[in-house]
Amino acid sequence: MGYTFASMGNLAGEGARFQIASDQSLLVYFDQVDKTDRSKDRPLQDQEQGRAEARPLQSQPLQSRARQNQITVQANEKVRKLLRLLELEPVAGVRNLHPAYCSLLVKFDVLKLQHGEVEEILRGYLARLEEVKLPEPRMVEIPVSYGGEFGPDLAEVGALLGMTAEQVIELHSSVEYQVYFLGFVPGFAYLGELPEGLVTPRLATPRRKVPAGSVGIAGNQTGVYPFATPGGWRLLGRTPLAMFRADRAELSLLSIGDRVKFVPISREEFVAAEARGN
Amino acid sequence: MAVIQVLEPGLFTTVQDLGREGYGPLGVSPSGAADAVSLMMGNRLVGNAEGEAGLEMTLLGGAFLFPEGAVLALAGSDFGATLDGKPVELWRRFEARAGKVLRLGPTQSGARCYLCVLGGIEVELLLGSASTHILSGLGGHEGRALRKGDVLKIGTHRWKMPSGWAASFRKREWVLSDRVLDALEPRKELRVTDGPQNDRFSEAAKKVFYESTYRVAEDSNRMGIRLQGPGIPAPVGGEMISEGVALGAVQVPEGGQPIILFVEQQTTGGYPKIANVASVDFHSLGQLRPRDEIRFRRVEGLGARTMLVLQETVLRSDLRDRRLLPYESRRFKN
Repeated sequence: MGYTFASMGNLAGEGARFQIASDQSLLVYFDQVDKTDRSKDRPLQDQEQGRAEARPLQSQPLQSRARQNQITVQANEKVRKLLRLLELEPVAGVRNLHPAYCSLLVKFDVLKLQHGEVEEILRGYLARLEEVKLPEPRMVEIPVSYGGEFGPDLAEVGALLGMTAEQVIELHSSVEYQVYFLGFVPGFAYLGELPEGLVTPRLATPRRKVPAGSVGIAGNQTGVYPFATPGGWRLLGRTPLAMFRADRAELSLLSIGDRVKFVPISREEFVAAEARGN
Repeated sequence: MAVIQVLEPGLFTTVQDLGREGYGPLGVSPSGAADAVSLMMGNRLVGNAEGEAGLEMTLLGGAFLFPEGAVLALAGSDFGATLDGKPVELWRRFEARAGKVLRLGPTQSGARCYLCVLGGIEVELLLGSASTHILSGLGGHEGRALRKGDVLKIGTHRWKMPSGWAASFRKREWVLSDRVLDALEPRKELRVTDGPQNDRFSEAAKKVFYESTYRVAEDSNRMGIRLQGPGIPAPVGGEMISEGVALGAVQVPEGGQPIILFVEQQTTGGYPKIANVASVDFHSLGQLRPRDEIRFRRVEGLGARTMLVLQETVLRSDLRDRRLLPYESRRFKN
């Protein structure tokens, strides 16, 4: 039978909500927030790559931001558990999965499955989320040469936040980040959260080309550009590591759920690492 | 091994198959032919499995030499092809004898023309697919568009048929019926279903979207088709959190000029989606040229599916006509 729109918006197990995305995909949201009111409960100061800055991020009270981050952490864990379950026990006809902060897009073969059937199957999976054990997070260290031509926005970020460049570097490399998901382009990991003191709005005008390996920040996120792409995040430095390459078993250096730490290196070390082909 | 020598690459020619589905968790979009239906039909015409890799040419075709000869078909848009100076028709299987040159020119219809070759184009697979992913420089032939002087391997085909059949197969006209050709005709009125943020757009915004004509911008590519036209008023509810985006999603950034996410799309995005192009019209997206004018028509989800099923039935009708045999049935037991 066809999928009725009336069944949308129903809460399933684990506080999930379903939404048709296209005639061959279904979104599962874990935000538990009424859609019309979602802006008020925005878990992360999400910064679209090509987007012009819409509002200052500092305007939000600290407390509510901390609470929202907590929501994201919990919702993202459910996203990863559902993803894990779907990878361990694939559903025939499901063709692709796009995880994000608080949602999972499930793309399926429309000639084999229909939205209602996919929702039914997913409800069964959601009921079992509690039993899913996520793998121990890997700890990945990413060497970064900060500042100079590698980090053209480092000084300005310092000026914006009332810090020296050294303080920015220290703060950025002092925390362990979590990989919420990979998206945008192959191997681009959305890392959070940035220490409170580093939260910065993205550039008003995105760069047409950000060099591969660039380490940027936007909102309370940080990440590494795997390829030369357009981008609006503020660039603090660059890593000599290849974030995504076809000629190794693990194509992407980072996987969803990993923990990441940035390790400052000198320009000389960067050049040496790059020469080694890291 | 038989090869194709690239004498002229054309404007933007890449190796494409049906893409690599299933790597969304790595941020990898499927890529694959922009007009997958044309690639599949071209492959059927030469006698390949429909997902075999072919060459996707964009707006201006190239020139290709076949030192050992090849069985070929052109699918999609008419790029005014000639073989050894003589015109070659679209949607028809033909043979290039050893040493012959196939030349294509500027498009006379849509954006893309596919060159399919019996045996397929053989490249090293990345995540199970031969598709070129231009942005990351991965897959296909060295992860890039073809250049003059490139040499591409033609795969070996596994045709097995009882002796005596081969001759009649060779003589058979491998063409498509009018009914199928009609179904392949690209549309300029694209059918769409509601996007996931549809309810955040005002009635006025939807009216603008559905009642306006949009023009395809010059900077459109395989990642996204950028449209120019009346701006769509911003949705309510402020900014949203990045989420997975579907192929054909019509996202509305600030300024209200919509962008249709295409085969080499970003896998996640934070712009609200007012609509999503129905699967049945994906092949039409692949034939859109800069400056083409398009409109959108809303259909229900169930209707979109029915249209796709119908299209599949029509496209496969030639197989039942036995003018084209399905790939599977060609695998004879002996």
